[in-house]
Amino acid sequence: MSTAEVGAAAGPAAAPAPVSVAPAAPMAWLRLLRSELRLVFRRRRNLALLAVVAVIPIIVGIALRLAAPPSSGGPGSDGSGPPFLDQVAGNGVFLSFLALTVMLTLVLPLVVAVVAGDSVAGEAGYGTLRYLLAVPAGRVRLLGVKYLAAVAFGLCAVLVIAVVSLLCGIALFPVGPVTLLSGDTVSLADGLLRLLLVVLYVAAGMAALAAIGLAISTFTEHAIGAIAALTVLTVASEVADNVPQFAAVQPYLPTHWWLMFDALLRSPIDTSTALRGLLSFAVYIALFCSIAWARFTSADITS
Amino acid sequence: MSTSPTTLENETQAGPDVHRVGPAIVSSGLTKRFRSGQLAVDQVDLDVPRGSVYGFLGPNGSGKTTTIRMLLGLVYPTSGRHELLGTPMPDGTNRVLPKVGSLIEGPAFYPYLNGEQNLARCDAADRTADPRTARQRIGTALERVGLQAAAKKRYRIYSLGMKQRLAIAASLLRPRELIILDEPTNGLDPQGTREVRALVREIATEGTTVFVSSHLLAEVEQICSHVGVMRTGRLVFQGSLDELRRTGVARIRVQTPEPEAAAKVLASLGLADPQLTDAEVTAQLGDFLPERACAELVHAGVPVRGLATVRPSLEDLFVGLTGEGFDVDG
Repeated sequence: MSTAEVGAAAGPAAAPAPVSVAPAAPMAWLRLLRSELRLVFRRRRNLALLAVVAVIPIIVGIALRLAAPPSSGGPGSDGSGPPFLDQVAGNGVFLSFLALTVMLTLVLPLVVAVVAGDSVAGEAGYGTLRYLLAVPAGRVRLLGVKYLAAVAFGLCAVLVIAVVSLLCGIALFPVGPVTLLSGDTVSLADGLLRLLLVVLYVAAGMAALAAIGLAISTFTEHAIGAIAALTVLTVASEVADNVPQFAAVQPYLPTHWWLMFDALLRSPIDTSTALRGLLSFAVYIALFCSIAWARFTSADITS
Repeated sequence: MSTSPTTLENETQAGPDVHRVGPAIVSSGLTKRFRSGQLAVDQVDLDVPRGSVYGFLGPNGSGKTTTIRMLLGLVYPTSGRHELLGTPMPDGTNRVLPKVGSLIEGPAFYPYLNGEQNLARCDAADRTADPRTARQRIGTALERVGLQAAAKKRYRIYSLGMKQRLAIAASLLRPRELIILDEPTNGLDPQGTREVRALVREIATEGTTVFVSSHLLAEVEQICSHVGVMRTGRLVFQGSLDELRRTGVARIRVQTPEPEAAAKVLASLGLADPQLTDAEVTAQLGDFLPERACAELVHAGVPVRGLATVRPSLEDLFVGLTGEGFDVDG
């Protein structure tokens, strides 16, 4: 190499240009949120999960229709099946409640776990986390956006189940005024409003699960580990919820209140149960978002 | 590599202009001890002048990447402090990092997005970036690194060189005052290495300070004005390339059929550390004038067939600084 070359490279040919940085736009986090939502909702894996969530209620609906044509007055009412099973043949709207009940045991939590567990750990695994933070995205802001996206995906999954099963129920079974669990009959419109409340309640439960997932996700670079941990936690909680010896702790289990959405299907609404459920979700969200925040704002990013 | 005495050309050129404003990077006592107990970075005092191209050298595992992660606020120092562009870190992260582009330990993007989408994602994370100009800035950045043709291709199918260039494009999404590049030529073929080097030169001529790390001296020697050398977590040298060269002691080399006689003369002149071979003697020259040594040798009747002053090459100095662990063939 020549000395001339060194000289040419070494001399600052231009004065260092001061770079002006615009003040952060107050709504700029919306742009990051939009980017995050696009990432979550365009990812093929996540779309496949939504497809699975949509297909299962259809299969359940068709199976029930084949097993018990609507004219036969419903399957044998021995009360051994899951709740709402007996009502579906009489009123297609109940397919939505049945589908939510069925999906809540494993598939829906798993779907939420995939997105929530992947949130931070997935970025760490790809190595994109260090670049996002060097941009700088801001640790708290990134965490907030990640959580909101996971909650949005959970809400979307619940909506997909409710809407698909409702349409399927309407197509396969008679539809009319809804007989509530308390024995009262309300109009179809009122019934659909109740369904909307149930969707929001279940989505709140999934938001609590997503908070746990977010917290776990900040502790690892392996998304699959976070997803598995969250799934195992869900199943363990459900098992404990069904063992009578654990009765004392059951109200505090993260999954305990999920299926209590039937409180919304009584007249008057069993607000005490519904509110206790929502309180449980709120406590889980506050607790685990705090853990995620404490961990993520203090962690060395070495991924 | 040149072994001839170097001119002070770049010193004088770099002179006062570089120091006109405060340093681009300054740190004092920057230290990182990981929870495992490993001391990765030990009392590093960096001083990177504005407008310089600063080569951050050291073998793999000498603490370069941990230092860079601390500079960018990704890893929190155990002790010590540092400033980027006059802003204390990590408190000033949100204010100063928009002015700093970086490539940290290799490129990392979403494999299922294409190049353009990946850059859009980076830009969306920057709350000070103007979304209205995003498309145009992304286009310009891709063009600068020669990736327009691959803009719509998924990152998954990019070659290593393309990935590296996309990462550099991300650091060029907006004008920067400082660019930190960690091993930008790692894994590149000679062609890619040349391209990156040209790009770094181009960025530097615009007045941007470039902080570039490498474990290969040859890679940064051609583009840097300043170097810092790391060894097992410590900064063992920092200064301009000429200052590094000057740390090497010049030696006189005399070719002669009578090395013993020559060595005796050199010793009588006070030149230290004589080394003899069959037809050659070398000794430390220090400040002694070579022409005087020559005259004395001839005067003493020693047949002189050749005479030269030799400075150790940068490579030699470098290996001396970094020790045996240096990955010379990297």
